[in-house]
Amino acid sequence: MKQYSDLEYLKLSKWHRFILKIANFFLGIPMWFAHLGIKIWTYIKKFGIAVKDTFVDIYETFQNGDYKTRISFFIMGFGSLARGQILRGILFLLFELVFIFYMIFAGAHWLSLLPSLGKEGPELNSHYDPNLDAYVTVYHDNSFKILLYGVLTIFFIIALIYTWRLNIKQNKISQQILASGKPLKRTKDDLRSLVDEQFHKTLLALPTLGIFMFTVLPMVFMILVAFTNYDGAHNGFSNSLFHWVGLDNFKTMLTWTSGGNSYSAAFGEILVWTLIWAFFATFTNYFLGMFVAMMINKKGIRLKKMWRMILILTIAIPQFISLLYVSKMFAVNGIINGTLMKWGWIQEPLPFWTNPTWARVTVIIINIWIGIPYLMLITTGILMNIPADLLESAKIDGANAFQQYTKITLPYMLFITGPYLLTSFTANMNNFNVIYLLTAGGPANSAASSAAGSVGFTDLLITWLFKITTGAESQYYMASIIGILVFVVVALISLIVYSVLPSVKNEEDFQ
Amino acid sequence: MREKTKDLNHSSMKRHIGIKAQTHISNTAIYVILVVMSIVWLLPFVFIVLQSFRVESTYPVGYVVPQKWGLDNYINLGKTDFWHWYLNTFIAALATAVLQTVIVLCMSYTLSRFRFNGRKALMKFILILGMFPGMLTMIILYRVLADLGLTQQNALPGLILVYVASSGMGYYVSKGFFDTIPKSLDEAARIDGATRAQVLYKIILPLAKPIVIYTILTAFMAPWGDFVFARYVAMGTPSGYNVAVGLYSWLTIDQINSRYTMFCAGGVCVAVPVAILFMCLQKYYVSGVTGGAVKG
Repeated sequence: MKQYSDLEYLKLSKWHRFILKIANFFLGIPMWFAHLGIKIWTYIKKFGIAVKDTFVDIYETFQNGDYKTRISFFIMGFGSLARGQILRGILFLLFELVFIFYMIFAGAHWLSLLPSLGKEGPELNSHYDPNLDAYVTVYHDNSFKILLYGVLTIFFIIALIYTWRLNIKQNKISQQILASGKPLKRTKDDLRSLVDEQFHKTLLALPTLGIFMFTVLPMVFMILVAFTNYDGAHNGFSNSLFHWVGLDNFKTMLTWTSGGNSYSAAFGEILVWTLIWAFFATFTNYFLGMFVAMMINKKGIRLKKMWRMILILTIAIPQFISLLYVSKMFAVNGIINGTLMKWGWIQEPLPFWTNPTWARVTVIIINIWIGIPYLMLITTGILMNIPADLLESAKIDGANAFQQYTKITLPYMLFITGPYLLTSFTANMNNFNVIYLLTAGGPANSAASSAAGSVGFTDLLITWLFKITTGAESQYYMASIIGILVFVVVALISLIVYSVLPSVKNEEDFQ
Repeated sequence: MREKTKDLNHSSMKRHIGIKAQTHISNTAIYVILVVMSIVWLLPFVFIVLQSFRVESTYPVGYVVPQKWGLDNYINLGKTDFWHWYLNTFIAALATAVLQTVIVLCMSYTLSRFRFNGRKALMKFILILGMFPGMLTMIILYRVLADLGLTQQNALPGLILVYVASSGMGYYVSKGFFDTIPKSLDEAARIDGATRAQVLYKIILPLAKPIVIYTILTAFMAPWGDFVFARYVAMGTPSGYNVAVGLYSWLTIDQINSRYTMFCAGGVCVAVPVAILFMCLQKYYVSGVTGGAVKG
């Protein structure tokens, strides 16, 4: 491709430049992947070096350590205790003891069952109970618990290794401090530092523990579920155990059979609609919200506060009330159809929720009703920050309102709200509430439904996931795969947008 | 020469009038649009209030103004579990407002003010974690809560636990706010001998009042609208519902004809206090939303 100098580039026509930009973007993709590859490789190399250094350090600490340090290799916290750092010592020791007890009494059991996810399933109605005069089911292993506690145990082991490493580092540092003739920190100092230099540890303890227990651990569990056959018929305890199935579920998801009778077809269809929905939901709201904000901001318009107040009311009222009500308004026997028919404008009720295209358009329009107030709030402040002299001088130069908007206001807005647009796009992809409360995914898409539960034309990936989870068959493994794929899509979009954003910024940074 | 000036004057005058007329027209157009918009935005709420007073029938109808007015629907709410659901939601909202605010503030303040090892990694990790659909964890959280006995009629503590536990992931808006408080304040106080904790309580928190109120407000409002997880945890036990789940159940096919107007009445009972609270504190909400968007 021909390389243009700056001057030549500026001489080109608008369209030529535009096409050039697009071409450059696509030509840049291989380079981008190459850079990514190099980056990953450097990370791996760095990681390898770090691991090597760690082992060397551990070895040297043992070599150069006194007996206190050396015993600490086996009894954690011994060095700290022996050197008078009571609190640290006790914590280290306690952690090791808890770990040992846990492993002996529970951890080893769960770990040993993790590869099989349970050996003995329930024996349904197999044992005679004379008291009840009936055959009862005897329960044995519980796959769900095995997987959950197995994962937890692995995390526990990682935590122990980390703490052990910390304990060794401690000993090394203490030895160095003592060798240089300075005193060590006492328990009192440790406690005081928790509200001072180490205050961040105190503050972060609770939030990160919560995130770990209620998001990270469940997420890891659910990702692993994608490799099992965990569903309603194999719930791991009361009817049948579930087992590892390797990549079978991914194969089911990705196998293409013609006629829309497969998961892949349903997934493709829903993904396309999800992206269309996210695009329209984001940009209609963005531009219309900005437009409304500009109208209210305009000089000479009175009662600015009142107009804003009216719009904000939609935010104030919980969405489930307004959305459920609005969805009933548009129903076949709802107020909209009723009124229109009474006025004689239509003979038949309009198929707002029963015709696929109508439903999709209606959902997007009602979402505008929900979304404009937020965007109006967000953009009002930013619009006021646009330097007035810019607009003023444009006016003097003879720019009309439309030109002012496209040349100044819009680039400025896009520049500032670029990251917001990205987050709002991904949030809309996962906008469960609007879709579920308005249509519950309907109208039913019988072509896609045969393979994948009751799929509707307005179903997003997230509502599909929900339906699969709560549906009759409860195919958790499929839900898990959809979740993983949603992650992949969101991550890809974010990566691309982020890699494009800086260039957008450089080009449109006019300040 | 003279002719020319006259001509110029004339044309500029004409233009002047043109601009004035133009502004007048465009302002009128804007007023028309704003009035139409206001009607569209307010109508559903007017409808819902009107229908809540309808006595002659309890199913959805194609007209708005009731033929017979009365408070029957509100009185009938007392005969159902509605006020129980209301209490459930109110307790959940209150507890979430307090606990979530503490957690979010801890997280955002730390990430804004401290530079420690692993800070960047933690933020990136949370960003990536946030890209997984949270709904995925619902299944396992339900099973764990069930093992703890915190589902169905005991759903409330379980719900609060789940609302609060991971709330640290939503630190973005308040971190953006803390970033705008000058660091020199902290440093000055540190030089005067204050500990980090004292800096937080005595200097930052009083300055952070808007964002504290914003966090409390959003945390308080969220449980009123939570529908997905609340329904999953209650698993068809009405005494464990919150208002969203309960009212949704009134719009299912087998209940809608006998409960539709009661849904409207219940909706009004929920919306009025929440909306009043929101309108009183909207100043803080607006500042939070605006700041959060600019920071991205």
